[in-house]
Amino acid sequence: MATHLSAADTRPRHKRVLPGLSLSLGTSLLFISLILLLPMAGLVMQSVDMGWDRYWQVITDERVVASYKVTLWAAALASIFNGFFGLLLAWVLVRYDFPGRRILDALVDLPFALPTAVAGITLATLYAQNGWYGEILESLGIKVAYTPWGIVLAMAFTSIPFVVRTVQPVLEELSPEEEEAGMTLGASDWSVFRRVIFPALWPALMTGIALSFTRSLGEFGAVIFIAGNMPYVSEITSLMIFVSLQEFDFPAASAIASVVLMASLILLFAINIWQARYLRRLHGRS
Amino acid sequence: MSSTKNTSSQLRVGDNPWVKWLLIGLTLLLTAILLVVPLISIFQQAFMEGAAHYFSSLLEADTLHAIGLTLLVAALTVPINLVFGVMLAWAVTRFEFPGRKLLMTLMDIPFAVSPVVAGLLYLLLYGNNGWIGSWLYDHDIQLMFAWPGIVMVTIFVTCPFVARELIPLMQQQGREDEEAAVILGASGWQLFRRVTLPNIKWALIYGVILTNARAVGEFGAVSVVSGNIRGETNTLPLLVQAQYEDYQAAAAFASASLLALLALLTLLLKAFIEWRLERSMKLESDKEKKTTA
Repeated sequence: MATHLSAADTRPRHKRVLPGLSLSLGTSLLFISLILLLPMAGLVMQSVDMGWDRYWQVITDERVVASYKVTLWAAALASIFNGFFGLLLAWVLVRYDFPGRRILDALVDLPFALPTAVAGITLATLYAQNGWYGEILESLGIKVAYTPWGIVLAMAFTSIPFVVRTVQPVLEELSPEEEEAGMTLGASDWSVFRRVIFPALWPALMTGIALSFTRSLGEFGAVIFIAGNMPYVSEITSLMIFVSLQEFDFPAASAIASVVLMASLILLFAINIWQARYLRRLHGRS
Repeated sequence: MSSTKNTSSQLRVGDNPWVKWLLIGLTLLLTAILLVVPLISIFQQAFMEGAAHYFSSLLEADTLHAIGLTLLVAALTVPINLVFGVMLAWAVTRFEFPGRKLLMTLMDIPFAVSPVVAGLLYLLLYGNNGWIGSWLYDHDIQLMFAWPGIVMVTIFVTCPFVARELIPLMQQQGREDEEAAVILGASGWQLFRRVTLPNIKWALIYGVILTNARAVGEFGAVSVVSGNIRGETNTLPLLVQAQYEDYQAAAAFASASLLALLALLTLLLKAFIEWRLERSMKLESDKEKKTTA
């Protein structure tokens, strides 16, 4: 049957055979416009309405600027911690076989599965002065709950899975040849790791850290319970939006939100470009 | 997974038993401190004042109402995002069109945006002073500070999950099977039901489970648009907050324990489906290898 088809016909790379383009694309575009773009346009309009001077005044308010700093610092520390911890977890899960490996693998996703408010009250209770951890830390003179360290902790907890899940598939597919060659030539474990394995892993590691950072910047539920929310000290930017809303100051809330939104969009685009360049085959697991 | 079992006699990095057990030990210790103990403490706190108190606080009218509302939100969100996710994945993996990459990036926005910002976006648009909200107000339709608003923001927050699970799998599987089915005369619906659906079944279920988990647990976005009216617009996570701030710690953790149980169930199902998914991905790549060989 195929004999009388010309070569061009048998490879319909550009000819659409499959149905449903207009239906699926139409639905997707409509949905994204209604759910995503329309509300975002609303925010832009609200911010434009308030005028540049007032906008600038709101987003550079001292208390708000303090919240940017706390949020950025805490998110940076949390994602760096997760860079180390995530790499360790991924390494142990991929390279070693030990009893309980499957359970550990499943448990890594707990922070995604557990509602953030639950994580928040749990961490706050554990690290409070009379909590299990709080008591021990108190005797060492360390305070975590109701300080900026509590924010770091909550952000680190909620973003543990990112690094693990981006590094894990890359580590699994790493071919052993170069590594074994290095080992045979008598190089130490550490130098083979540094020279051979790490260069292959670091694009994925960076992606994981960046995802963890983005998530931490926006984290709200887990943070507010443990942060103590003291003005200038331990207020995160999401909370500033929330506070403005409770005062029915919609313009201020929108102005701060526009800053947050812009930051997360820039990060998102940067991560996507980075991933397209370095990690073509990475499956996007959330 | 193949790399787990090192069949060659060659030594690889970290094979030294000292290094190996040190790293495993450190990982288990950190996991216990950071994940396991917090998880256990939820249940310990929930039963702090005894089992009787635990069950009576779960049977309070407010709690039952919050459970009902949470289930309603999930029941509306999941099917809507399921349809959207399949449509988007189909469009993006089966056709080439300008703006395809942009569409995929746009889809990721809800993951990157702070949930509080998400809530605010909806409040601005559909609140009584908003573009659409003021018109709705004139017609006596209240979306914000009521359950429809909660459903809307939950849809926003969870809309990428299904598509994100489907896209990599559908990309890997390619369109050959489906093209063959069309040439053999399958209708659109037959094509989807008989060819596509069996191939993507597990990824689809996976996406649904993740959507459901997030829909049930969403806090930030929901708390902006809910108005926190106890017994009316409180979902389970909001009730946890209300009880906790009311110094009813045991009740708060009792409600939280339900959510934690659901999280554990999610992890269990996820592990099972991942196992199935791995298998189907593997079959697929074996098939690929055979055809290219």
